[in-house]
Order: sequence, then structure tokens, then C-alpha cells
Amino acid sequence: MLKRLHGVRIQRVTRLQFLCGGALLLFLIVICGLLAADVAYLSVKGTRWQQAISLLSQPRILFAMRMSAATSLTTLVLILLTAIPVGYALSHYRIPGRSLINAIIDLPIVMPPVVAGISLLAFFSFGVGVPIRHALESAHLSLASGIGIVMGQYLVAVSYCIRSAKAAFDSVDPTLEHVGQVLGCSEWHAFWRISVPLARNGLLAGGVMAWARALGVFGPLMVLVGTGPRVLVMPTALWLELSIGNIETAVCIALIMLAMATTALALVHWLIPKGSAI
Amino acid sequence: MSGLELQDVSLQAGTFTVSNVTLSVDKGAYFMLVGHTGAGKTLLLKAICGLHPLRTGRVFLHDEEITSHEPRMRHMGYVPQESALFPHLNVRANIAFALDLLGVQESEQSRRVVSLAQELGIDALLPRRIQGLSGGERQKVALARALVREPRLLLLDEPVSAIDENARKEICALLRRIHTTHHLTTIHICHNQAEVEQLADVVGVMSSGRLISVEERKGAL
Repeated sequence: MLKRLHGVRIQRVTRLQFLCGGALLLFLIVICGLLAADVAYLSVKGTRWQQAISLLSQPRILFAMRMSAATSLTTLVLILLTAIPVGYALSHYRIPGRSLINAIIDLPIVMPPVVAGISLLAFFSFGVGVPIRHALESAHLSLASGIGIVMGQYLVAVSYCIRSAKAAFDSVDPTLEHVGQVLGCSEWHAFWRISVPLARNGLLAGGVMAWARALGVFGPLMVLVGTGPRVLVMPTALWLELSIGNIETAVCIALIMLAMATTALALVHWLIPKGSAI
Repeated sequence: MSGLELQDVSLQAGTFTVSNVTLSVDKGAYFMLVGHTGAGKTLLLKAICGLHPLRTGRVFLHDEEITSHEPRMRHMGYVPQESALFPHLNVRANIAFALDLLGVQESEQSRRVVSLAQELGIDALLPRRIQGLSGGERQKVALARALVREPRLLLLDEPVSAIDENARKEICALLRRIHTTHHLTTIHICHNQAEVEQLADVVGVMSSGRLISVEERKGAL
């Protein structure tokens, strides 16, 4: 309902609109307040841009940034290589035990991070992973390196991309692949020329989401690779700075990670079509 | 010469079965398959083009057995109910899709696409995106896409069921014209008696997964 007050049209707000809108506003204020608090902390401490840049330019912080970039991008490639076929299989094939399979795939999303780390440690100490560890050792490679970091990031982040890939393939009408096959496509061609291009945005969004998640992995890395100078990534560097009392450096790292996460999420929402269930 | 021959074909989808279909359609004939919804017409059509596996039986096209051939090796054109155009490609690329797969040179692709589009009266649509097309235009593009590789058999699954009356009449006239020009063996599923009157040489009736009758229309062939 519309009313006019001094010539201005005023929309009447219902109680439900007021309640839901108010909850949304409150939530936004809390989240934005958290972001603002980091910036405010630096302002109160009198940290200027130049100082923040010099704090972040310390060799160990730069190393952590480079290591984070290298490992998270490697993880992203491995995740896409897994998530695209797995998401397609979940979407297109009748698989027995689907509920159990879905539960296993979603497990890393709800698994406490430290448990993920301990599970990886146990896997390479007693499980099927022992021969993999031996193979790495015989190639003079160690788990306490970029390899371990990638494994920890992969375990935590892969499920997000699989879920997104499945939703993206679900949105592609299977009749399109059928028509493609009658027109001359092999199954493989139909997958690459029809399904993948049509699911592209969902796959990219899943990739970005998984990459952002991989970038922030902390718990499993603490258990599997520790905080040695050669295995430092941004989350572990942040924790290290915090533990030795360099709060300003820690907050600067946190701000960079927040900026990257925000950019990634903005990209995800831009890529996913409006109304999509992804 | 037989255009399409089905020998004792049976297939299953869940609990539904299509049983013991034996059928011979002459080369160049326009065969219309009618029956209630759920009679198994679409399932049989999918089995003919290799998209659904047979439980028993054999399929012959121009007297060559194609029972175990992949869909792409059967050289058929298929127009499903909702046209199923590729939304990431424009009209030209949709029509040229099969030629691209066959590795036909771009200049030859262009010549064949334009020639077919002119024949179907959709040449003005070639640069357009799929999203802006009307139902009738979509069906014409789907028809052009199916015809461009010069198939040995054209399969039409209710191609005019989801469009308005004027477009329906126009496309039926177009189908008749194409059939007369190309002498293409055609299997057309429909519900509409007027379509049968306008197009069919032979009419088959399906009910509960069985082909219960096949009749030649008087003077049609």
C-alpha cells in the first residue's frame, strides 16, 4: 500500500517485511562490523598503509603468500579434475547406494578441520597411503612440504566443488546430449561440446568457491605439515604472528585473506545465474 | 526396399515395457505413430535412434542391420518434443553442429546451412540467439539441424504439439514439402488427427507398449 506524505510516496511495510528485513540488516551489520573492526584496529594502533605494506613485505610473510598461491592453485586444478567427472556421474548416472555416496562426498564439509588433519596423518601412517608416502620418500619428497599442504587443502575443499558441479550438470537438459549423439557426437564429444559449456558458469563458481576454501585451510595443515618456515601458508603465518604477539601483522594478513575471500564470493555470485540452486 | 524395419523389438524403461514390435516402413514413406500418452511411442523412437537399449529384437535401416550401432553411426535426424536447441550456440551454429562434427570445411558448411535455411524460410534467423525465437521458429531450426547431415531417416517426436495453431499448420505444410522434395523416410509421433490427415502415408497405432495396428492411408502411397 502506498501513502503520500508531503508529496513523497511511502511504501507501507508489513510486519513480516519489517521482521525479515530487520534480520537481514542486523546480519549485514554484524558481518560488515567484523570487517570494519580489523581496519579500525589498525587505525587505532596508528598503522598507516606504508607500515602495513612493510609488515606484509617481511620475507616469511611473502613466502607464505607465494606458498598459498602456488598450493591453492595446484589444489584447484586437482579439485576440478575430480569434481567435473564426479559431479557429472552423480548427476547423470543411476548409482546404487546414492544416499551413502552423497553422505561420504559431503563428509569433508562437516568434518572438523583437526579431524581431517588427523585422518590424513593416520592415512599416511597406517592406511592405504603408506605406499604413497614411501613412494614420495623414495623420490626425496616429504609430506611436510607443498605436497602435504595440497593434500590438506584438497580434502577440505573438494566437496564444495563436487556439489556445485553436480548442481551445474543437473541444470543441463539430458535431451540436449541425446540430440547431440544422434547428430554425430560420441558420448565424450557430447560431454565436452554440450554439457560442459552449458554447465560452465556453475563449474567456474564451484572452482572459485573451492579455491577460496582451500586458501583458508588451517586445521589439517597444523596437524599434517606444521608451521615450519618451508611450509608456511597465509593461515598458518597468521596464527604464527598472533602467537608471537605481532597482532598488527596478523590483522594485515587477515585483511588480505578477507579481501580475497570477498572477491571470490563476488565472482561466484556473478557467475551463478539468478535463481540457480547452486 | 525397406526404409526402416523392426523385428520383434522389445524394450523396458522401469516397469514399463514395449513388447514385440514388428514393423516395416517403405523407403520414402511418411509413417505416423499415434496413441495415448504413455503408450510407449517416444520410447520406441528413442530405441530406433539408439538412445534406449533393446531387450530383444533387431533394427534395420535401408536393409542394413543397425541394432548394435551407436546413435551417431545410424545417420538419423531427430527432432524431440521441445526442439532441444543448444542454448549456448546461435541458430547458424545449431544447424551447422553436425557438419562441424563431420569435419566439413567451413565454406561448405556455410553453403549448406544457408541453402537449407532458405528452403525452410529461416535464413533471416541465422545470426540470432536461440533465446529470442518463437516456438515455431525453434522447431524449424531443430528441423534444419536434423536435416543438414542428410539423414537416412527422420524421427519427429510431436514436433508441433507445443506451438500455436498457425505455426502448427505452417510447419505441417513445411514437413510435407520437405518430404516430397527429399523423399526422406520419416517417423512422426503425433496426437492430432488433422496432422495425420495432412501428412501420413501410413499410420501405426500404439497402446500399452504394443503396436496394435498399421494402416496405409487410401491413395497416400
